[in-house]
Formats: sequence, structure tokens, C-alpha cells
Amino acid sequence: MRNNCRWSLHFEKRERPAWYIRVLTPVICILLAFFCCGIVVAAQGFAPLAVYSRLLKNAFGSSFSFLESVLQAIPLIFCGLGVSIAFRMSLNNIGAEGQYAMGAFAATGVALFCPWLPEHLLLPGMILAGFAAGALWGVLAVLPRVTLGVSETIVTLMCNYIALLFVNYWCYGPWRDRTGNNMPYSPIIPEAAHFPTFGSSRLHTGLLLAIAMTVLVFLFYRCTTRGYQMRVIGSNPLAARYAGLKVNSNILLAMALSGGLAGLAGVTQIGGVVFRLEPDLPNGAGYTAIVIAYLSGFNPFVILLVSILFGGLTQGGFSLQIMGISSKIVTMIQGAVLLFVLGGEIFIRNRLVLVKRTGEKEV
Amino acid sequence: MNTLASILASAIAASASLMYASTGEILTERSGTLNLGLEGVMLMGAVMAYTTAYHTKSLALGILAALLTGMAVGLVFAFMTVTLQANQVVCGLALVTLGTGLSGFIGKSISGTTLPVSFQKIAIPGLCDLPFFGKVLFRQDPMVYALYLLIPLLYVFLFKTGPGLRLRALGENPAALDAAGIRVYFLRYIYAMGGTAIVALGGAYMTLAFTPTWIDNITAGSGWIAAALVIFSFWNPLYAALGSVLFGTVNVLALRLQMTGIPISSFFISMLPYLCTIAVLVFSALSFGGKLSKAPKALGSYYDREDR
Amino acid sequence: MEKQPLLEMRGITKRFPGVIANENVDLTLYPSEVHALLGENGAGKSTLMNILTGIYFPNEGTIRCRGRAVSLDSPRKAVELGIGMVHQHFKLVEPMTVAENICLYAGKCGFFLNKKRMNAQVEEYARRFHLAVDPSATIQQLSIGEQQRVEILKLLVSGAEILILDEPTAVLTPQEANALFDALRQMAREGKSVLIITHKLGEVMQVADRITVLRDGRSIATMPLAQTNQDELTVLMVGRQLETVKRSVERQAGEQVMMQLSGVCASNDRHLPALRMIDLSLHAGEIVGIAGVSGNGQRELAEVMAGLRKPTAGRLMLEGRDVTAQNSRKAIADGIAYIPEDRLGVGLIGKMDLAENYILKNFAKPQSSRWGILRKSAIERQTQAAVDTYEIKTAGIHTPAGLMSGGNLQKLLIGREVAEDPKVIIAAYPVHGLDVGAINSIHKILLEERHKGKAILLISEDIDELFALSDRIAVLYSGQLSEPIPIEQATVETIGLLMVGREGGMKHEE
Repeated sequence: MRNNCRWSLHFEKRERPAWYIRVLTPVICILLAFFCCGIVVAAQGFAPLAVYSRLLKNAFGSSFSFLESVLQAIPLIFCGLGVSIAFRMSLNNIGAEGQYAMGAFAATGVALFCPWLPEHLLLPGMILAGFAAGALWGVLAVLPRVTLGVSETIVTLMCNYIALLFVNYWCYGPWRDRTGNNMPYSPIIPEAAHFPTFGSSRLHTGLLLAIAMTVLVFLFYRCTTRGYQMRVIGSNPLAARYAGLKVNSNILLAMALSGGLAGLAGVTQIGGVVFRLEPDLPNGAGYTAIVIAYLSGFNPFVILLVSILFGGLTQGGFSLQIMGISSKIVTMIQGAVLLFVLGGEIFIRNRLVLVKRTGEKEV
Repeated sequence: MNTLASILASAIAASASLMYASTGEILTERSGTLNLGLEGVMLMGAVMAYTTAYHTKSLALGILAALLTGMAVGLVFAFMTVTLQANQVVCGLALVTLGTGLSGFIGKSISGTTLPVSFQKIAIPGLCDLPFFGKVLFRQDPMVYALYLLIPLLYVFLFKTGPGLRLRALGENPAALDAAGIRVYFLRYIYAMGGTAIVALGGAYMTLAFTPTWIDNITAGSGWIAAALVIFSFWNPLYAALGSVLFGTVNVLALRLQMTGIPISSFFISMLPYLCTIAVLVFSALSFGGKLSKAPKALGSYYDREDR
Repeated sequence: MEKQPLLEMRGITKRFPGVIANENVDLTLYPSEVHALLGENGAGKSTLMNILTGIYFPNEGTIRCRGRAVSLDSPRKAVELGIGMVHQHFKLVEPMTVAENICLYAGKCGFFLNKKRMNAQVEEYARRFHLAVDPSATIQQLSIGEQQRVEILKLLVSGAEILILDEPTAVLTPQEANALFDALRQMAREGKSVLIITHKLGEVMQVADRITVLRDGRSIATMPLAQTNQDELTVLMVGRQLETVKRSVERQAGEQVMMQLSGVCASNDRHLPALRMIDLSLHAGEIVGIAGVSGNGQRELAEVMAGLRKPTAGRLMLEGRDVTAQNSRKAIADGIAYIPEDRLGVGLIGKMDLAENYILKNFAKPQSSRWGILRKSAIERQTQAAVDTYEIKTAGIHTPAGLMSGGNLQKLLIGREVAEDPKVIIAAYPVHGLDVGAINSIHKILLEERHKGKAILLISEDIDELFALSDRIAVLYSGQLSEPIPIEQATVETIGLLMVGREGGMKHEE
């Protein structure tokens, strides 16, 4: 009797993925992503290698470009930290973009319209106001979830558009600088509201705040009972319930922290780079932050590093415009990287096995 | 003219892309796959349709390009979520990022150009002279007419045919179908590809018929609005069409409101669609109430036969 | 006259990581018979059936259908061969009608749905096989008994010759069960081969023609009903001669009632009744053992007592206080400790390390944190103390819990619960899946707590364990609790019989 021998591919769970698998797999995925994007670039008539090398050169090639990349990275760090807090609790906060904008709005408001505030309190005031505005915007978006069970994914996203339009209203309207050439910008904020810079470069001390937040977030999860609770809820909601943890109040707090951090991105951008309120200030940073957070495994220090890398990508992307390439190429690369890394995850959890249909297994 | 008929006619034209997107997504979600990458898919469909039509001067090829793009994206999404069991929500977000970037990148070369051919409004002889409905329904462009056929067809398919029954069961309880020997994985691929292709048409409509030109980020969030409409419509194509027209009406009214010089800033008026979306979601949640949710029960989770 | 077997499974072996579910199992089915597959939980019945329906593929063994060798590598193959199964958890599409579900499964929809034709078809089969259903009702509207009939009709309409029913009477009232048996006999008369999987002896005696007994993954015996009796089957199922087990501990009288259940009723996750009129009192310093096959309401009983499930009727009292409506947070604060059946899924968090798991219940208390900051060294000290006391073998208190063995996990879990100095301890299958050494340790811990005056509820399927540890013992069967009796007055025999539903001791008889 002939045994019908057929082969088929199966996924088999690994007991514990080795460290090199956990590191190699994402790296391979990232390289694959660049490769595929290279094909698209070539299809549009550009030489992929030339494009990539120019990208990298203008990202980290000189000390000037390195500092500029770090400058680009600062809002990404804040948003990335914020997004990671939400995602660690299984909250899909896509609203970092809007929370960033609201933070910028509040910071500008404090800087321009609080003359009664003593000068040395102006920056702290902006920071507090920006954090509060972002936090409030985040909590508002998650209220339907906590009360009615509405998924926060779409609501946070809608809030992005609403926030951006809101800020645009002020820029084009009441806060428009009449003395200038009628551009939709607010007046420049007073000197006391500027973040001090490092030496003669453009790099400002908002970076220190970002690093401080990174450390704080790390300590929050490591040392506080609240951070512990959030980790439990994010890891295993069922066990959290059995342990008697309050899920809803933790959701609200997580969104407040998440939105507040994104709001700080707006504060530092206003106080450190543009010094006035502009339309579309975030320019996609809130979305990039999601990619960063996910790729970093939500680890604060990795987020710091990856943000600098992505800041470099953004910086390099600007320089490509001379070649006639839209800076959106960077967004495309980011999306491809996330997609490939996502797909690669299954190879970390499982190994691919060839199975002979008689029941024996071969790898 | 501000007559009701002209408002409704404009509303239908404005809502067509939402109709394509939401109906396509209904097909995908009914099979149990949650694809939130609508925004990216629409942008990719839009840019591919425009570029193809611009270079080949053929609208048919433009439509074909959009369909193929949609199917390709659907294939990738199905592969990632059905076979590789990736997180569906994050995968959708990745698609949006990818689509935004890809469309911006490809779109740069054709930005600011005008299409040599585009879909024009065609009045259907005879029908267009009907009182009221003639003006509203039968002076639209061909892609809208296609919807008049597509939506009832999908409705009949979903609720009145054998394959449609299987599709609905697929989203509710894939284990039941698997036990019957029906190929769950294969069907999920098919419907993800088909649904995404229709969504891509929603983007193509914008660049080939509605505007018709390519602007960076032309969809401005309508992909996400479509995703909300799917929930609001209880995964029923007819209700999705109605919801889309509702949004179209809001958009048209907003525009007319701005032109009347009302003291409300145009920015706040532009917020209306997004505020409406949130309202729509809240309303849906309230009307579900304590009853079992109307969502396909297996939506968003991957199916693993050997799950113990 | 030798009939040709409809189905022959020979030497079936199926391994999973860490466990052999089926070992060298033989099973033969003839047409026109009702065949019972008898065995306790964990005996390997479900795995065998998953193999038969093409969901699992055996590592070794052969299957012949109508004399020809077949390879059941997909559910479709099984359906094509005429094999159909009614699972414990029905595979029905709830918002759809009976007729739609049946035609979906049987593939008789046609392109355009014709409701009248589908309904008529369903009615015809229903009449033929004595299975009353309303074809146009939606599944959601049906009772469980009716839903089961739909599942059976599904198979019949699709032309199944071999019908497998997994614990069919678990969800039925006695009247419904009798109606089911009538239908099964009718199917056998029409030439079908019916295989029912069960642990309930009474049913087997009522309806089976032939019986196969499974135990610990092996097929122990196969015989016609006429050639055996209940006692013999009990011995085969349970695996030992029924003799009294020596008690190791003196019974101590506990006076104070710590926890009292009066008339408690509760539903399970599918909104079916899981507990019916439970009366139980738990005294300080005693262990009350709850015997019974898992699935008869044990989980719901534990959850009600731990504040995780609200009873639909009845009252729960803790030290005289009414706590019926309490949630788990208050229950934990009141001193109710719960050792759940699912260690890693519910009691512990695999991704976190031992120390983080250890403080899951006490992280807000002064011994583990101050002003919201975790006291790392204090936590480490606590965890290390538990590791030392309970001899938990681990590479360090910072290894992820998911990597630890079952025994060590359980010691950690119990150590954590016990460290809170609870008043009541609810332990569900605490030594399930553990080796002898771990079992010993866990039992020692439980006895120590009993000595300290705690009230302990021990839910278990292991009669030996229950007899060794309990002061009083009761049996949970079909949601009903037998009258708890002092352990000296109980015999392994009576308890064993109660577990499989035989008479003698059940309070309510239908």
C-alpha cells in the first residue's frame, strides 16, 4: 500500500526565541523594506543607490546635519514616548498628531498672552500648559471608549483633523501677525519663552527635556505602582481583572500621560525651533511616532535612539527635494519598514517547519 | 442654485468616493478581516489611476490600474493578517503610512498637471428629465452610475445568495465553515483582495472624476470616515450608501455655508465631517446598547484551526 | 454474521509538546450501532475525535473507512467521507436561521437562496429522524437542546454516515436527554453509526450498543453492553480497585463558619445554568473537598466565591456579612484567596518575572510599595523568602514566569496567595499536571494553612487527593452539589459513583 506522501509548510511555536533571532529578524525586515522601496524608486526613474546615499549623507554625514537630525528627532521622541504608553496598554492612540498641535497651541497662548507671568516662569508655564492641553485632548478622545465602548482608533484620528483645523483657525485668524507680510503665523514669542540653545547651534535644551522624559518614562514603568498596574493590564487583561485592578481609570490616566507627552512635542517645537504658531506644525510627526514606538518595542531608550535615526531620515528627506523627489519618500520607507517588521514578527514567535504528511517532522 | 435637488445632486457626487470605500470595506470586514488602511489604499488607487490615465490617455486603463493596485494591496494585507497572523490594526496603520508616502512620492511627477481625459457628467436621456429625481440621480458621471449598479448588486449578493451566506458566516464563525470543509483561508484572501480593490476605486474616483486632478493627500481623511461609516451602516451596503450621502450632504452644505459669508470660520465648518464621524460612532454604540454587537463576531482576529 | 466495519482506527498515536494525548488507540465502528466512548477528562477522547474529523493529524496509526485506507488531513476530507461531529461548543452561526445553518454546512444552498425550499428540506429531515426544530428560527432564539438538534440535523442533511457527539447531555435536562437518545436510536435504525463521547455511566447503560473505554490516552477495553456492567466500567474508567484510602491527617473540628452559600445559582459564560441551588458552608480550619469531573460547574463555583462572577440567585455570606454583590477587588481585600485552574493564563503573567508576579495582589500595600513607588529590595526579599520557603527551583527571581515549570509556578502562586494571610482559600485543581514532588509540597502548604485556621475549598478530580486532604467532601455534578459529608463516612466508591452521575447521595432527583 503506497503511502500518500505530501509536504506542507507549517508554523510551529518556538519555546523561547534566541536573542539573535529577535535582533536579526527586524534587521532583515528593514533591509527588505529598503530593497522594495528601491524598486519603486527605480521605477520612477531614479537610481536607488544614489538616492539612499544622498539620504544618509544628509542625515548624519556632517556635524551640522547630525545636529539638525537630532533637532528633528526631539518632537519624535516626545510623541514616541507618548504613543508607547498608550500602546503598552493596548490603546490604539493614533492621535499624537493632534495632541502635539494642541500642546503647541497652549504653549503659544501662554507665551503670547500671559504678560503677568514673571519671565523665569514663562518656560515652565508653557511646558505645563502644553502638557495639560495634550493630556486633555487625549482624555477627550478616549471618553467614548470608557463610557460606551467605542473603539478609540478612529476617534483619536478624527481628533487629529479637528485639532489641526482648530490651530489653523487661530493662525489664519485671531492670532495672525498683522505686522508681518500677512502670512498665517502668530507673532514671534518673547525671548524669555525661547529654549536656550547649546552654543551657537540650533540645538535647544528641549533635548534635555526629552531625555529627562525618556528616563522618567523608564522609571515610571520600572519603579512605580501605577506603571506596574499598566504593564499588568497591557500584558494580560484577564489576569488584571482577577487581581482586582481598575481598568478604566488606568485607561484615562494612560491617555492623559500619552497626550501630555505628545503635547510637549508641540511646546519644544514652538519654544525651540519656530518660535511662533504655524499651520500644520506636526507635519506627520505624530504618525511617524507610531512607527517608531512599534519598532522600538515600546522601550523608552530604544525610542530615543530610533527617533534620532528617523530624525535623520526626515532631515535627509528634505535634501532629496533638490533631486526632484518628494520628501514623502521618507514616509513611504517608514511604512514599508513597519509592514515588513510586522510581517517578520511571526518568524520570531514561530519557526517554519516542513511537515511530511505521514506524521514525521523535518525542519 | 440652492434648491434641494441641486444640493442632493452635488451631495451624491461628493459622496461617491465614500460609497466605494465603505462598500469595499464592508466586503472585507464581513469576511472577518479588519483593514483600517483605507486611507492609504484610496491614496494609492488615486495616484495610480491618475498616473496611468495621464500617460496612456485612457480612462479605462486608469480604472484598471486602480483595481489592480487595490488587489495587490489586499493580497499583501491578507497575507500579513491571515497567513502571518500579524496585528490587523497596526498593519492597517502601516498601510496608511505606506500609501501616504508612496502616493506623495509618485504623485510629485504629475503634481499640478491636468488630465487630458476625465469622466464628465453624462445626462442619461429620458431619465434625466424626470421631476426631481432626474436632476438628482441622472446627471452624474459614469463612476457614479456604476455605483447605482454596484451597491444593489452587492446587497443582493450578500443577503440573497449562497456565496453571500458563506461570506457572512465567515465573519461570524469561521470554525463553523471550517468544520463544513469550506476553505476559510482562501475565502478570506479573496474577499480582502476584492474589497480592497473596490476601496481603491474610491480613490480613483477623486482623481479621475470628482476633482479631477492630483493633489497631495487628496483624500484628507475620507478613508477613515469610510471606516467609521462601515460601523455606522451595520455592515450593510445600502445603509453605507445612505450614510455616505449624508456625509456628502454635510460637505456640500458646509461649502455653501462658507460662500454665504456666515461669520463662522471656514475652519470650523471644515471640522464638520470629522465631528460627524465621532457622532456617528457614538450613536452606533448607543444603539447597540446592551444587545449583542452587530459586528461580525470574528472580525479582527485571525483564524487558527489548531488553536487549543 | 460478520458486518464490515464502517470505520477502523488502529494504533493511533498523537503527541503534543510535553504530552502524549493518544497512545496506540484502537477504535472500530459498525453501521447501525450506537457506540459509547467512555473516559474521564484527559483520557484523550477529544484529541481522538479531532483526528477523526481531520483537525489533527496523527503521528502514528492508520484509519480505514469502509475497508479502504484513508488520510484524514483536512475537515473537508472527513466531511466527504461522511464523518460529522457535534462538538461541545456548537459551531453554529448565531444570527442566522436554522435552515441557513444547515444548508450552509450541507452545501445545499444553490446560488440564489430559496427560503421556502430550504425550510421544506429541513422539515423533511427533522420529521424523519425525530428531531423537532423550527427552520426559520434564528439560532440565538433557540434553547440549547434545540441548538443541538440543529447540529445533528446539519450532519444528517449533509449525508453523514458516522455521527460523533461530544458530551451531548452536558447541556440538557433529563427529559431532553431522553429525547436525544430516542433520536440516536432512530439514526442507528436507519443504518448510521453513532459515536457518543461521555463520562456519564448512566447514559451509556441507557443508549449504547458497544462501549470503548479510554484512560490516560490508551484504549483499555471494548465490549458490547450486554457483556458488561456499571461496576466493571467504573473500574476500567477510574483505573483502580475501589478501596478506602488511608487518611493521613486527623480531622479537626472547625466551629466558626467563614463562608456560606445559600441557594446559589449561577450561569456560565454562555448564559446557561452552571450552578443550581448550591448550599455550602465553609468552616475555619477545615478543608472541604469538591469532587467531580471538570465541566460540571466547578469553575463557576470558584468564581462566584472569589467575587469574579455574580450569582443569578441565592446569597453569599462571609463571616456573617452578605457579600453576594461584591467584586473581586473587595473579595481580595476581605481576605479571599483564589488559586485558579489556569495558572499561566489567569493567575500569573508569563511575560513578567517572579518578583513582579509575586506582588500582583499586594503591590499597593506597605510591604511592597510606599507613596506609589515600588520598594524593590523589599519585594525581592519577599519573593526570595517565598522561593526559599517553598523550595521553588528557578534560575533567579528575575526569570520570566512563562519559563518556569508547572510545579514551581503553582508554588509561587500559592505562596503569593497564602502570604496575604487570607481567611478563605479557594483552590481549583491545584496539583493538576504536576509531578509527585510538587504535589507533595502543595499538599503540605494546604494542610499548614488548614492548621492555621483558614477555611479551604479544594476542587479536584483526583479522588486520592480529596480523601487525603479533606475534612468533608461533596460532589458537584451537573451544577448540583451533593450533601457534604464527613470524610470518615465517605467511601471512594460512593464518591466515584456520584462523579459519574449514578444515584446515591444527590439531593435533587428529576
